Amino acid sequence: MAQWESWSAFWDMGGAAFFVWGSYGVTFALMALELVLVLRRRKDTVTRLLRWRRAVGKDSARKAGASVPVMESET
Amino acid sequence: MNAPERSRSLFRFAAPHNFYPLAGRLAPWFAAAALILTFAGLWLGFFVAPTDATQGQVYRVIFIHVPAAWMSMFIYLVMAFWSAVGLVMNTRLSFVMSQALAPTGAMFCFVALWTGALWGKPTWGAYWVWDARLTSQLLLLFLYFGFIALTRAIEDPRRADRAGAIIALVGAVNVPIIYFSVQWWNTLHQGASVSLTKAPSMATTMLAGMLVMAIAAWMYTIAVVLWRARSMILERERHTEWVGAVLEREAQLKGGRA
Amino acid sequence: MLSTFLAVLRRDLLLAWRGRADVLVTLAFFVIVVCLFPFGVGAEPNQLRAIAPGVLWVAALLACLLSLHRLFAQDYADGTLEQLLLSSEPAALWVTAKVLAFWLSTGLPVVAVAPGLALLLDLEQGALPVLVLSLALGTPILGLLGAVGAALTLGLRGGGMLLALLVLPLFVPVLIFGAGAVEAEMSGSGAAAHLLLLGGGLAGALALAPWACAAALRITTD
Repeated sequence: MAQWESWSAFWDMGGAAFFVWGSYGVTFALMALELVLVLRRRKDTVTRLLRWRRAVGKDSARKAGASVPVMESET
Repeated sequence: MNAPERSRSLFRFAAPHNFYPLAGRLAPWFAAAALILTFAGLWLGFFVAPTDATQGQVYRVIFIHVPAAWMSMFIYLVMAFWSAVGLVMNTRLSFVMSQALAPTGAMFCFVALWTGALWGKPTWGAYWVWDARLTSQLLLLFLYFGFIALTRAIEDPRRADRAGAIIALVGAVNVPIIYFSVQWWNTLHQGASVSLTKAPSMATTMLAGMLVMAIAAWMYTIAVVLWRARSMILERERHTEWVGAVLEREAQLKGGRA
Repeated sequence: MLSTFLAVLRRDLLLAWRGRADVLVTLAFFVIVVCLFPFGVGAEPNQLRAIAPGVLWVAALLACLLSLHRLFAQDYADGTLEQLLLSSEPAALWVTAKVLAFWLSTGLPVVAVAPGLALLLDLEQGALPVLVLSLALGTPILGLLGAVGAALTLGLRGGGMLLALLVLPLFVPVLIFGAGAVEAEMSGSGAAAHLLLLGGGLAGALALAPWACAAALRITTD
């Protein structure tokens, strides 16, 4: 704690708490949101493609003709 | 190792079925590095770096503002690079990479604007000034939006890839022109009322904190983009046998857990 | 090569002449947008004079943007575009001819009307030549950059908004130097630097944009 006299001084940020924590808060919230969306997209993709494979049959899935039923959750 | 062998080993990962497992193996390591470096950077930024003589504590926004601004510009360049590679070499993976990068680039672009606004209020008295850097950053965000909107609007992936690549390249050519023109405009209209130049002497610990945070942002970007690219690859290669095998493995994993 | 260029140019001008109602609509849009500003900001002459260059330039830019979708839409719908792409003539050549025809039929009327509108906004008469010159140099750049966007968004749902999103950020430098030229002339510092930069921009756009546009058209019709 070389820079700060106490934790409350740390959280106060010399009176600029709103600006400093507002910046860090929104940044990390956005990064977390992006991570969640990316990981959920993977789950969605896997379930949707599995359903699609079952629907069209494993052999015909290999042929380029069939298309995926729903395009959801683009992240 | 002789030349053809080496080139084969390099280009091996341009094939989606080689890239997919590699990306899956590497991404967690980059994510872990991002996490560790973020904590290190925050520690440096909040507990080691001294209070700024003129700005007080508010300047500590710099540890995300500057890395985010750097990332947003750099990601656009990387996007344009992959677009060019895709157009010239006709590699599908390049287009996947450039489209996987775009949302993260736009996110960092927004973060740079947001933190810039919150930093601007206490230092210049206004959330927004039409400063050259802020304005170029805003236009860069619009360029990201344009790229994302265009690639999403086109249903045929082949056309979407190439159209996106063209607009990314056109944008990359224009970024320096936009920056120059905005700076020109700014010096005429704003005069010297707002000066953004940082104090010349920046404490080494401040610089260190900023650099560590910048590397953390890099690691985060790589991890997220690899993960996003993996989903895109599955989607695009769904007709191939290897994706079928991957999906079956996923189904077994899920079944085992349930 | 020149004959191809001229043939495409003549054909597009003829088509534009036959559909001259469209051109008139663009022109009317330009006039009305400029006339809205006094209602919005008040009719105080000093204020109008100060914002006149920006207003005229933004209105010209929007008029250009709104007519851009016409550049290739017709040819795309009736298959002419594919025929042109299949021909052995270099695509950048006839793309340039089409953009030139587009500019002659929409940009030039806007440039011609601008001085009259400038008087409505009480712009100094001394700055009128610079206004005309800046528009004459700047609007072709808008057409060339816009052509790339128009080619990329051809046949897409919601293509108009998408086109705006794609090209408006790219238009910013043109707007800065175009409106800046008139302002510089009004403030007495001289518009030469701005006009030279616009000219340079036009040369650069003329050299690069037709290639990008031709590539975009190939992708779209592929």
